[in-house]
Amino acid sequence: MTTITDNAVPATGRSTTDEMVAFIIMAALLAAVPLTGLYPYFVMQALCFALFACAFNLLIGYSGLLSFGHAMFLGTAGYVTAHALKVWGVSPEIGIILGVVGACALSVLTGLIAIRRQGIYFAMITLALSQLLFFIYLQTPFTHGEDGIQGIPQGMMFGFLDLSNTTTLYYVVLAIFLLAFLLIYRAINSPFGEVLKSIRENEQRAISLGYKTDQYKFLAFVLSGSLAGLAGAVKVFVAQNASLTDVHWTMSGEVVLMTLVGGLGTVFGPVVGAFVIIAMQQYLAGFGQWVTVIQGAIFVICVLTFRRGVIGEIAHFFKRSL
Amino acid sequence: MQALYAQLLVGLINGSFYALLSLGLAVIFGMLNIINFAHGALYMMGAFVAYFLLNLFGINYWWALILSPVIVGGFGIILERTMLQWLTGLDHLYGLLLTFGLALIIQGVFQNYFGSSGLPYAIPDILKGGVNLGFMYLPIYRGWVVIFSLVVCIATWYTIERTRLGAYLRAATENPTLVRAFGINVPRMITLTYGLGVGLAALAGVLSAPINQVRPLMGADLIIVVFAVVVIGGMGSIMGSIITGFALGVIEGLTKYFYPEASNTVVFVLMVLVLLVKPTGLTGRAN
Repeated sequence: MTTITDNAVPATGRSTTDEMVAFIIMAALLAAVPLTGLYPYFVMQALCFALFACAFNLLIGYSGLLSFGHAMFLGTAGYVTAHALKVWGVSPEIGIILGVVGACALSVLTGLIAIRRQGIYFAMITLALSQLLFFIYLQTPFTHGEDGIQGIPQGMMFGFLDLSNTTTLYYVVLAIFLLAFLLIYRAINSPFGEVLKSIRENEQRAISLGYKTDQYKFLAFVLSGSLAGLAGAVKVFVAQNASLTDVHWTMSGEVVLMTLVGGLGTVFGPVVGAFVIIAMQQYLAGFGQWVTVIQGAIFVICVLTFRRGVIGEIAHFFKRSL
Repeated sequence: MQALYAQLLVGLINGSFYALLSLGLAVIFGMLNIINFAHGALYMMGAFVAYFLLNLFGINYWWALILSPVIVGGFGIILERTMLQWLTGLDHLYGLLLTFGLALIIQGVFQNYFGSSGLPYAIPDILKGGVNLGFMYLPIYRGWVVIFSLVVCIATWYTIERTRLGAYLRAATENPTLVRAFGINVPRMITLTYGLGVGLAALAGVLSAPINQVRPLMGADLIIVVFAVVVIGGMGSIMGSIITGFALGVIEGLTKYFYPEASNTVVFVLMVLVLLVKPTGLTGRAN
């Protein structure tokens, strides 16, 4: 059985220098955004989704687990952060921490249930759990149902960073994104990441080598869920609301699409994929429902002809690891 | 008590749809190793084809019951020939992703032309009205849906488990190379199986058209509940998915009577409980 990321693995060995150069270029480009005419809110939103997609990719790209319910972590952290900021009046950094803790707790609970099955069953279970949560959020009072939590104060981070200032907010979002990106990068290049990859390639072999694979998969799931929660918590400051869209299963589908377009199991693929999809939604908004059709078509084209994704194809062409 | 029986009936009807849909998913999964995410969209297409047949060509419900599964099944066969067959040998997850994309395309196209509101589809004259059973009033159409889908489910089960054709099918699931060596055209069998599974979804769509209105998103949320049904049942056996489908419909109906707040979530909660005790599902085999 071929694994889902076979096509993405570069022909040559991994080279961390390529990846570090690419990281510096990415960081420099993103840091220069406020100097250009680009709409900062668009880039910030794309950064939140890029972080979400990177967290998702940590799970599918490096441990071969397709979670079809990842929106539940994004949405839960968003609700927790939004509620903490608005009702409890906590400072931004505490709000973000609470959001991540909420997503982490949720990923522990769901991970314990879902990790016991693999492949498509894992996908279906995570999808069903996220739908369960969607209905719960629809009914509980604190989420305000269809209206969502609106008008969230942005506040002063650490007491001196005024998040209502667009440029300050932009650099805070960028800093969080880059730190989380490096954390994910560190995780996949650690012994832990190597074990995950060996599980992805051949779980039976990893078990016979003495690894408790369920524990590794569980850890990857919790890490991925918590980082997706970080994306959701930061997104609250950008969008200034938390709503049901972020928990709905279509959002889980979108993050799969972002990762697939960029390249499953590549380091930079999810970032590129997120920017492509968010830009598409932004600029094709006038087409109404046709956007869904276009997204579906991209899914089909990617799966049939373009399984490496944008970054995967580039990496394959230049025989580099990205 | 009237309300309890009414909810039980609603549960049985929903159970019929769960059973027909999870049966189709199980048949397709058995042969193609694909979880057909487009199943909900194809169920919706079944209802729309029945609507078009009636309103554009004046073709009635009874013909729609035959024609719609054939037309949508044919569409499924085209999908299998042009796209799904290229995924053989790849990870299961690619099949899930491809059919997810197809579902988005199909639903998006229908939403574009018909918005999100429902179109009415009249109950055929013979099935109008109801009978008083003494303890409750039974609308004839609803009784018909339950009985008809039970018959279809059992016929499908019989074909797969008890006939020669079914034996080939099961053998090809176990070992396609060997079955091909006996001179059986396995790729054609795979294509027809996909058509059959899709046809079952479309049939469910026609059955549901007069009860629930014909809407572009009618399959989108239903399919996730069906996935939960599949996880609970375990997709190990055809009979398993039929029984689980009906049983969960009834449980959902009972919840609606005793504790309506949980009626949307009870299937998912049950899924969690079953998975905690038996991760492979009720009738599932270890993979």
